[in-house]
Amino acid sequence: MPTLPLLAHPSPDSIVAHRSDGDVTRQQFLSEVHQLAALMPAGSHLLNLCSDRYRFSVGLAAAILAGKVSLLPPTQTPEVVRQIRIFAPDVFCLTDSDLCTVDLPHLRYPAMNASTPEEIDVPQIVTTQCIAVVFTSGSTGTPQPHPKTWGALVCSVQAEAQRLGVSHDCTLIGTVPPQHMYGFESTLLMAWCSGAALSHAQPFYPADICQALSAVPMPRMLVSSPLHLRAWLDAELPLPELAGVVSATAPMPEQLALDIETRCNAKLFEIYGSTETGQIATRRPTQGAAWHLFPGIRWLVEDERIYACGDHIDAPIAMNDRIEPVTDECFLLHGRLADLINIAGKRHSLTSLDHLLNSLSGVLDGAFYMPDESDLVTRLAAVVVAPGMQASTLLAALREHLDPVFLPRPLLLVDALPRNSTGKLPRAALQALFQARNHAIRWTIPADHPAFAGHFPGRPILPGVVLLDAALQFIAAAIGLALDRFEISSVKFTSPAGPGCILTIGHAISESGAIRFDITSGSRKIASGSIALRSAT
Amino acid sequence: MQDNQKSNSTTDLQDEVAQLMVECLNLEVTANQILPEAPLYGDGLGLDSIDVLEVALVVSKRYGVQLRTDSTDNQHIFSSLRSLCDYIAAHRTL
Repeated sequence: MPTLPLLAHPSPDSIVAHRSDGDVTRQQFLSEVHQLAALMPAGSHLLNLCSDRYRFSVGLAAAILAGKVSLLPPTQTPEVVRQIRIFAPDVFCLTDSDLCTVDLPHLRYPAMNASTPEEIDVPQIVTTQCIAVVFTSGSTGTPQPHPKTWGALVCSVQAEAQRLGVSHDCTLIGTVPPQHMYGFESTLLMAWCSGAALSHAQPFYPADICQALSAVPMPRMLVSSPLHLRAWLDAELPLPELAGVVSATAPMPEQLALDIETRCNAKLFEIYGSTETGQIATRRPTQGAAWHLFPGIRWLVEDERIYACGDHIDAPIAMNDRIEPVTDECFLLHGRLADLINIAGKRHSLTSLDHLLNSLSGVLDGAFYMPDESDLVTRLAAVVVAPGMQASTLLAALREHLDPVFLPRPLLLVDALPRNSTGKLPRAALQALFQARNHAIRWTIPADHPAFAGHFPGRPILPGVVLLDAALQFIAAAIGLALDRFEISSVKFTSPAGPGCILTIGHAISESGAIRFDITSGSRKIASGSIALRSAT
Repeated sequence: MQDNQKSNSTTDLQDEVAQLMVECLNLEVTANQILPEAPLYGDGLGLDSIDVLEVALVVSKRYGVQLRTDSTDNQHIFSSLRSLCDYIAAHRTL
């Protein structure tokens, strides 16, 4: 059976990793891999949660040697862990933290002995061995497994290393975790397969990134995301010398790409890929918009869907992005297909989020809404009908299932969703609802408002009629109509408002022309109602 | 008297940082609704790592404090408004 070596590092003294307490040679690394492999329990699946990238790499290599599969879910919420256990009942968790609370049998990362003097051979791994299963959040809510073989992974990261010009004396520093596909490939496997070293660190703040870079010798490459890179540049710290910068997880704005290349005096590469395909293309955003496929990767168009195939991809994989092939080797990206959302590199399906929202106890109807993307990070919103429920209770329930980046901001409680006559929820209606809210008026009730006098002694509450009058005046001004055209169809006062209370007055105009409004204070609903319009006299 | 002054400046800093957070993160709450002891992560204000990066940047510009993961436990600094403000007060250069 064909095999490929675990490491491309040529000699036992080659540096495999840089840690805060010194460099790790190939010999020491392999010795630690064997020590850890000997400690692994019988189960054939592990969840490798080591936060130190070096320890993660030892865990991964030990699992490969022991014939175990590393499971890489998108997040570790209690619900995802429960589903991982259903997928692999024998799964155990490898952790380097005493604070790990994941509900699985634990294997604590051990203290390691020094290496023996006898040279340890670099293990040869059968190319068809499944070494990892990467999960995506499927549209049904159940994580979808994507098995990865050693041969396919090596093939893809070798192509990447060649594109990026990663040499054997290079060190890779990543701000992205090795537990996600991009970090798995670009901070870890690429180092193994090109003979480069990896940095143990996972820098987060701008000052961390500078320190992690300075701690390792040149040439060094920073593997990161637009989000971290923008924060890093904005901090205006002195930037250590770099040989290259790699970005993925979200589209790189052209100006940010230019700024990075100018300030770092290094090439910036962007990687394109997905959990299903692995990485399949690169580009230099400062040199043009077109992406360049890795050698051997081709597109296949069938029934208006586009599939990636060839090289390390066993069977054609449908892409979730809108792709426009330009030549056999070049293509343009035009965003994602409507159902898929991506927030800071984390993917989810809107259908599955809606499904989850509507399955929560107390929720009668609800929908997530993804505003048009305007910045590096665009947040989801949700609108929910859940009489008697608090937004905070619903958010806590969602948090059990979802990575925090997918929690809606805001979660808006309403009486009814703006569904059309056929029961469909047009995106435009949701958009109008949230836009009206974004243009919502804020009004702080003056502590000395005359209406508080005598209403009531010792417990000041703004009378409903005053509240309503204020709201109508603001809405009339906002939509440019005279107040005398308003006719109140309904109004409901839900809770009292007192002196200094900051009110948000939101409104939305329905297809029929009626205006719905709501008055809230924080997450507390004060009043809501609807207004009909009289024709102008 | 001394204690009074100290607690005044602590409260001022907490108000100011709460206001910075509301503005830079477009939060749905007002600054005075962020309680000093309530968790910023998870069930409290619900911040995530993207927010933390944003807040860290604003804090570095306003107070000249570069946050670091290795200096103190990052989770601890962002555990509450009070602990974030304590860290800023101890390390500010502006």
